Amino acid sequence: MSNAKLIAESGKILDVAAKDAPLTVRGLTVSYGNKPAVFSVDASIPAGSMTAIIGPNGAGKSTFLKGALGVVPRLSGEVRIFGKLFSETRDRVAYVPQRASVDWDFPARVIDVVLMGLYGSVGLFRLWRSRHREQAMECLERVGMADFADRQIGQLSGGQQQRVFLARALAQNAEFYLLDEPFAGVDAATERAIVTVLKDLKSEGRTVVCVHHDLSTVAEYFDRVLLINVRRIAEGPVETTFTAENLQETYGGRLATTHIDELHLA
Amino acid sequence: MIDDLITAMGAEFVQLSLTPIVIGILAAIACALPGNFLLLRRQALIGDAISHVVLPGIVAAFLITGTISAVPMMLGAGAAAIVAVGMIEIIKRLGRVEPGAAMGLVFTTLFAAGVLFLEITDTSSVHIDVQHALLGNLESLIWFDAQGWGSLLDPVALSTLPPQLPRLAIVLVGIGLFILLFWKELKISTFDVSFAEAIGIRTKILSFALVVATAIAAVAAFDAVGSIIVIAMFVCPPASARLMTNQLGRQVGWSVVFATISAILGYVFAGYGPGWFGSPYAVSAAGMIASISGVILILTCLFGPQRKRTGQQAEA
Repeated sequence: MSNAKLIAESGKILDVAAKDAPLTVRGLTVSYGNKPAVFSVDASIPAGSMTAIIGPNGAGKSTFLKGALGVVPRLSGEVRIFGKLFSETRDRVAYVPQRASVDWDFPARVIDVVLMGLYGSVGLFRLWRSRHREQAMECLERVGMADFADRQIGQLSGGQQQRVFLARALAQNAEFYLLDEPFAGVDAATERAIVTVLKDLKSEGRTVVCVHHDLSTVAEYFDRVLLINVRRIAEGPVETTFTAENLQETYGGRLATTHIDELHLA
Repeated sequence: MIDDLITAMGAEFVQLSLTPIVIGILAAIACALPGNFLLLRRQALIGDAISHVVLPGIVAAFLITGTISAVPMMLGAGAAAIVAVGMIEIIKRLGRVEPGAAMGLVFTTLFAAGVLFLEITDTSSVHIDVQHALLGNLESLIWFDAQGWGSLLDPVALSTLPPQLPRLAIVLVGIGLFILLFWKELKISTFDVSFAEAIGIRTKILSFALVVATAIAAVAAFDAVGSIIVIAMFVCPPASARLMTNQLGRQVGWSVVFATISAILGYVFAGYGPGWFGSPYAVSAAGMIASISGVILILTCLFGPQRKRTGQQAEA
């Protein structure tokens, strides 16, 4: 089979599978330098689901998200978001990068960061107006940070910074939320607050994907898992896919059996 | 006393001091504005680097055309910048060194080449030499045909303004418009580039535009005031301003204020300061302006309201 035909065929398959799916990825490869961080990963995230992306450090979980959204260039692979190119469906998607990826010493108040989420509704060459401020305050309300609106972002704790990032994503009023390690380095109260907001989003019919590290909370927070270690290891519902065998394969035997025993596995 | 002031601000002031001060202010603000974003992007030295790289380009443009008119100098500076970017890429790939090292190597080498170029070629007929490259010739940018403040309304006199003044004014308006029109995009992509990319901001084009704006400011200011002011104004007013406020808009406002104060006080101190200490000689205005901006930075480090912001992290 010729190359062109192969691509055409896979495109057809993609179109069928991607009819309504928030995210369909086929053969995604992203490389930093000579070594692929993500190699030929397929994934399909169904609407209304809550998926954890799981894998060891350096397994390409964050890179998978960035590659899917074109934040880093793709070496190869096809990505459809709600069946279309991301450039056509951008306003239906909210992406929350890792908290540690930005400089929190930036001169901005909490409200300024949340206002960034309303970028799409402000208009070219225009500035944020008072109705945007009201919307931003509502989002801060939902994450319990309304009292901090005028606080300088550098004065927040890690958990508070993560809530501000979530409020910015809420301001985008998207259908599909992709969060990169939203629970990394946050306090227990913040973790509960974030989970509540994410479960509310799901109950409203929105789709949530999180890069997640804490294996002990996977079954409690999520209904699907995507196991990645450069390649895709497994993808599916927590009950059938979050198994000891799959985890051992993902972590390459680096996971202690005692640790696995403690997890609420299928 | 008041009579002295009126005399000091009279016709002679308009003729000899007004245009250098205004040019100094325009150059300082044109550099400080993009400097705010370079500083927050941890790219403050790009301004420094560009002001070094443009020197050989300007000299080459002079050698080819034999004049120091604006267009060939700008083209030469632009060509030098492109050569520099190409050299950095080559050194990075072949030498396998980190980008910072490659930049440091290329920029200093090109600047040194520019200085050598100046020395071995005959540039005595024009105001272009090593001294000029470093310190500019702010004091010489006087307004011969000015009769007094009334000349500001006289089209004939206005047409004899030093060409650097309208040129810098246009550059400043252009940079101001760029920052104003793309305020949201610059702010969001400076704070969180991944998020900016995901919401559809063309971050690479914007970064490139910022570097181009920086280069234009550097070349326009370099011609009038030399590279010392250029380097100082990219960094000092924005860094001082950051210590005054925690909001980006106010930071940019403060940087304009500090750039203006540096230009005015620097010029006045350079011209009259040595006299107050009994010395008959004036010192370089460019050097003094840069020094004042450094003094302002020290003062804001000591007394700026937001100077303690690091280590202030609250625990939840």
